[in-house]
Amino acid sequence: MKKLLKYMRGYRRECILGPLLKLAEASLELIVPYVIMNIINIGILNGDKAYIIGRMLLLVGMGLAGLLFSVAAQYFSARAAVGFSSKVRAALFAHIMHLGYPEIDRMGKSTFITRLTSDLNQVQAGVNLTLRLFLRSPFIVFGAMICAFTIDLQAALVFVVAIPVLAAVVFAIMLSTIPLYKKVQQKLDRILSKTRENLSGVRMLRALCKESEEIDDFAEKNQDLSRAQRFVGKLSALMNPLAYVLINAAIIVLIYVGALKVQHGVLTQAAVIALYNYMSQILVELIKLANLIITITKAVACGNRVEAVLESDASLLPSRLPPEIKGTHTVELRRVSFRYEGGGDNALTDISLTADDGETVGIIGGTGSGKTTLINLICRFYEATEGEVLIDGRPVASYDFAELRGKIGIVPQGAALFGGTVRSNLLFGREDATDDEIWEALERAQAADFVREKPGMLDFEIEQGGKNLSGGQRQRLTVARALIRNPGILILDDSSSALDYATDLALRRAVRQLPGRPVIFIVSQRASSLRGSDRIVVLDEGRAVGIGTHEQLYESCVVYREICDSQSRIR
Amino acid sequence: MKKSKGMGGLKPSLTYISRYRLLIAGTLLLAVIGTASMLWVPIIIGDTIDLLIGEGSVALSAVLTELCKAAVIFCIGGIAMWGMSLINNRITYQVVRDIRRDAFEKIQHLPISYLDSHPHGDIVSRIIADVDQFSEGLLMGFTQLFTGVLTILATLVFMFVIHPLIAAVVVVLTPLSLFIANFIAGKTYRFFRDQSTIRGEQTDYINEMVENIKTVKAFSNEEKVIGKFKEINGRLQISSLKAIFFSSLTNPTTRFVNSVVYAAVAGFGAIAVIGGGLTAGGLSVFLSYANQYTKPFNEISGVLAEFQNALACAERIFEFLAAEQEQPDPADAGVLREVSGRLSVENVSFSYSPDRRLLENFSLEVASGQKIAIVGPTGCGKTTFINLLMRFYDVNGGAILIDGRDIRSITRQSLRLSYGMVLQETWLKQGTIRENLKLGRPDATDADMIEAAKKTYCHGFISRLEKGYDTVISESGGNLSNGQKQLLCIARAMISDPHFLIVDKATA
Repeated sequence: MKKLLKYMRGYRRECILGPLLKLAEASLELIVPYVIMNIINIGILNGDKAYIIGRMLLLVGMGLAGLLFSVAAQYFSARAAVGFSSKVRAALFAHIMHLGYPEIDRMGKSTFITRLTSDLNQVQAGVNLTLRLFLRSPFIVFGAMICAFTIDLQAALVFVVAIPVLAAVVFAIMLSTIPLYKKVQQKLDRILSKTRENLSGVRMLRALCKESEEIDDFAEKNQDLSRAQRFVGKLSALMNPLAYVLINAAIIVLIYVGALKVQHGVLTQAAVIALYNYMSQILVELIKLANLIITITKAVACGNRVEAVLESDASLLPSRLPPEIKGTHTVELRRVSFRYEGGGDNALTDISLTADDGETVGIIGGTGSGKTTLINLICRFYEATEGEVLIDGRPVASYDFAELRGKIGIVPQGAALFGGTVRSNLLFGREDATDDEIWEALERAQAADFVREKPGMLDFEIEQGGKNLSGGQRQRLTVARALIRNPGILILDDSSSALDYATDLALRRAVRQLPGRPVIFIVSQRASSLRGSDRIVVLDEGRAVGIGTHEQLYESCVVYREICDSQSRIR
Repeated sequence: MKKSKGMGGLKPSLTYISRYRLLIAGTLLLAVIGTASMLWVPIIIGDTIDLLIGEGSVALSAVLTELCKAAVIFCIGGIAMWGMSLINNRITYQVVRDIRRDAFEKIQHLPISYLDSHPHGDIVSRIIADVDQFSEGLLMGFTQLFTGVLTILATLVFMFVIHPLIAAVVVVLTPLSLFIANFIAGKTYRFFRDQSTIRGEQTDYINEMVENIKTVKAFSNEEKVIGKFKEINGRLQISSLKAIFFSSLTNPTTRFVNSVVYAAVAGFGAIAVIGGGLTAGGLSVFLSYANQYTKPFNEISGVLAEFQNALACAERIFEFLAAEQEQPDPADAGVLREVSGRLSVENVSFSYSPDRRLLENFSLEVASGQKIAIVGPTGCGKTTFINLLMRFYDVNGGAILIDGRDIRSITRQSLRLSYGMVLQETWLKQGTIRENLKLGRPDATDADMIEAAKKTYCHGFISRLEKGYDTVISESGGNLSNGQKQLLCIARAMISDPHFLIVDKATA
C-alpha cells in the first residue's frame, strides 16, 4: 500500500485540511455539554433568561460553524480520495496495457478487471473514510474522557473503565465476524457459480436427465450458506444490545458516583448532567471507529493487491535501436525452442525456418501442436527460450515494440472485434487509413459485399466482440483489419475456419496478390487451406516433423499424409 | 431508487413471508418492548438527577432504587433488541433460502426456449443479487420502519407529557431535518446516476480491452487505448467527486439541524425550569431525546427508498418464478426401453419465431447403425435439428418418431437418455475429470471410463496431468485447451453408451 501513496502527492493540502477541519467540528461537539452545564449552573440558578438565550444562540452558532467545517472537510476528503484513486486507476490501466503475454497469462485477465474496478473502489472508499473519521472518532471518545476529567476525577474513572470494555466488546465481535463473513461470501460464490453452470450447461444437463440431482446439490449448498449466514448473524446481533447495556450500566454507575459527590457537595447537579451527556456521545463514535477500522483493513488489502499488479515488471523489454527502412521482408527462426512459464514440456522444440518476401508459409498440426506458439514467438509476444527469431535480419528483441508490430499484420485466433463501427474497427489497424483504403482492405478480405448490405455500411454499429455478426463475417473483418496495415508480414492464425471453402479460396487468392508482397503465414487445421503455400510446416507435439510443399510432404511426411487423408475422406 | 411502477412483487413476497408469521408477530412484540424501554430509561435517569438537589439533601436510597429500576429496564430492553435481531436474521435468511431454492428448481423446469431468450447474467443476478437486496430491503426495512415510527410516536407522547411547549418546539423543528435530507437525497440521486452510468461505461471498456489485450498489443495500440481510458477516467473523477461530496452532506446538515433542535430545547427548557414547569432532570430527558429524536426520521427516509428498491427486486424475482414452465410429460407417456435405432422425421416444420421460417417439411429416415451428416451454411438449422431431436424444442408441424413412436408420447427422460450428445460449445461441470466423464453413467467402472478415454484420445493427456483423472476442472475449464475439452465431451457421450450419438461440429 505504501508505494501507492505517491499518487496522493498532489493532494497534500486536502489530506491535511480535511482531518483538521473534522477535528475542529469534533471539538465544538465536545464543548456542547459544557455549555449546557453553564446554562443550568449559571442561567437557571440565577434565573438569568438573557444569559440562557445568549448561550442558546451560541449553541446554534457552534452548530453552524460545525456545519461549515464539516462540509469543507467532506469536500477535501472526497477530492483527495477520488483524485487519488483516479490517478492510481489510470496508472494501473496503463501498466496493464504494457504488460507482456507471460504476465497476462500468469495473473489472468479477471484479476486485472477486479483490480481496476472493485478493488480500487474499495480503496477509494477507504481513503475517503479515513480522512473523514480517523481523527474525529478517537478524538471524541478520548476528548469526552478528558472533559470528564476536568469535571471530576473519580467520575472520570468510570470513563476510563467503560471505554476499554466497550471497545473490547465492539472490536471483538466485529473482528470475529470478518472471517465468518468471508466464509459466507465463499458459500455465496459457490451457489452463484452453481447457478451459472446450470444455465450454461442446461442442454447437457437435461440431455443427461440430471435435473433432480442438481436441485438436491443446490439445496444442500443453499442450506449450507443459510446456516453460515445465520451463524454470523447471531454473533453480530449481539453487538448492539450488548453495547447498549454496557453504556447504560456505565451511566448508572456514573450517576451513582455523581449522587455521592453531590451529597458531599463536590459536584453540582448540572455537572452530573454534563457527565451523562459525555457518556452518551461515546457509544456512537466507538461503533463508527470499529467500522472505520474494518473499512481500512479491507482497503489496505485491496490496495496491496493493486500495488502487486503495479509492481509487476514486464518481462519482455523493448530495445530502442533506430528503425531501419528496408524494402524487403524476411522472417527467420534459428533453432528455436520455447517453454511456457510453469509448463513442464517444451511447447516448441528446435524449429528452424526462413521465409522471404512474397512467400507463403503454411503451418499445420493437431490441437496443441504449437502452431499459435510459433506465431507468438514471431510477434515476440513471448521470448524464445532457446534459439533466435529474426525479422528483416535483426533479432526481434532488438526492436521497439511499436516498430516490430508495425511490420506485422496479424489475425489472431478467435477473431475479436471491438464495440464501435466497421470503420472504427478497421482504423484500429491503422489510424490514418482513408475510407478508400478501408474499402480496399474489405474488398481483399472478401468482406466488402456484406458490409455494403449493412445499414450505414462503414458506420454500421458493431456490438462488443462483434456479437451481431456471424462468425465468418467477424473473421473477414479481422482479416481486413490486418490487411489495412499494409504489413510486411501477414499472419492469419486459423482465420478462415468459419468461412466456406469458396470464400476461403477467394480470400487466399486476394491475399497472395497483395501489392506489398508480404511474407504470409497461414495457420490452419485444414490441409486444403494450405495447399498453394510455398512451404508447409507440419508440427507435431512442438516439433517440425516436416517442411516442404504439399506434394513433397504428402510423399515424405506421415503426419501430413494422415491429416490430408482424414480430411479428404470426410468430404 | 428505482420507482417501481406497481406493487407486483408485494403479493408473492407475502406468501413467502407469511410462513413465518409467528416469528413476525414475535419480532413486532419485541420491537415494542425494546423501544419502550429505550425511551423509558432516560426518564428514570432524569428522575434520578432530580433527586440530586444539592449538598446533604440527596436521598441516596431513593437514587439507588431508581437506578436499579433503570438497570432492570435497560436489561429487558437489551434482551428484547437481541431477540429481535435473532428473529429477523432467521426470517430473512430462511426466506432467502426458500426463494433461491425455488428459483433454482425453476431453472430445471423452464423450457429451453425461455433460457435461450433470456440473458443468463440477468437470471443469475435475479437469483443472487436481487434476492439479497429484497431480503435486506424488505425485512430489515420493515422492522426498521416499525421501530422508527414507534420511537417517534412514543417520544412525542413522552415529551408532551413532560412539557407540551418544548415538545411543540421539537415537533416544529424536526421536519426541517427531514426536508433537508430529502432535498439532498433528491439532488444526490442525479449525481449517483451519472456516476454509475460513467462507471458502467468504464467497466465495459475495461472488460473489453482487458479481454482483448492481446489484440491491442498485437496492433501496438496500447497508447490509443490508454488515452481513451484516461478520457473516461477523467469524466468519472468529476462525477464521482460530485456524487460523493453531495451525498456526504446529509450527515453534517442533519447534525446541524439536530444541534439547532438541541439548542432550542436547552434554551427553552432552561427558561421553563426557571418558570418552574420543568425540572433539571426533565431537561436532561429532553436533551437526550433531542439527541436521538431526528435519527429515526433519517432512517425512515432511507428505509423508504430501500423499501421501494426491494419491491422492484421482488418484482424481478417473482416475474422469473412465475414464468411458464415446460409442459410436463403426458400422464400416459411411454418409456423408451429397447430401441432398434430407427428414427424417422416426417414433414417436420419448425421456426423460433413465426416471421422467420427455418425448417419446412423436412423428412428423413435413419436406420440403425447409420451415420447421418448434416451439412449447410451457418444458420440453416443444423443445431435446430438437434434441439428438436432432444425435444429441447417441440416441432411446430410434422413429427419425429423413434421406432415408430412419436417422441412427444415418450417421457423426456427416457428419450434423452437414449442419446449421447456432443455440442459445439464444450461444457464441463466444476469437478474432477472422472466426475465429468461419468456424468452420464455414474455407475460406470473406471475401466469403462478409461476405455472410452482411450478411444477418444483423451487418455494420453489426462495421464500426463499431475492428478490424472482426479484433476479438478475449474469453472471455465481454464486448465485445459479447447481441443482437450472437446475430446472430454466426446468421451463423456461415449461412456453413457447411447442408442443415438449426436455430434455438433465437435471437431472444428
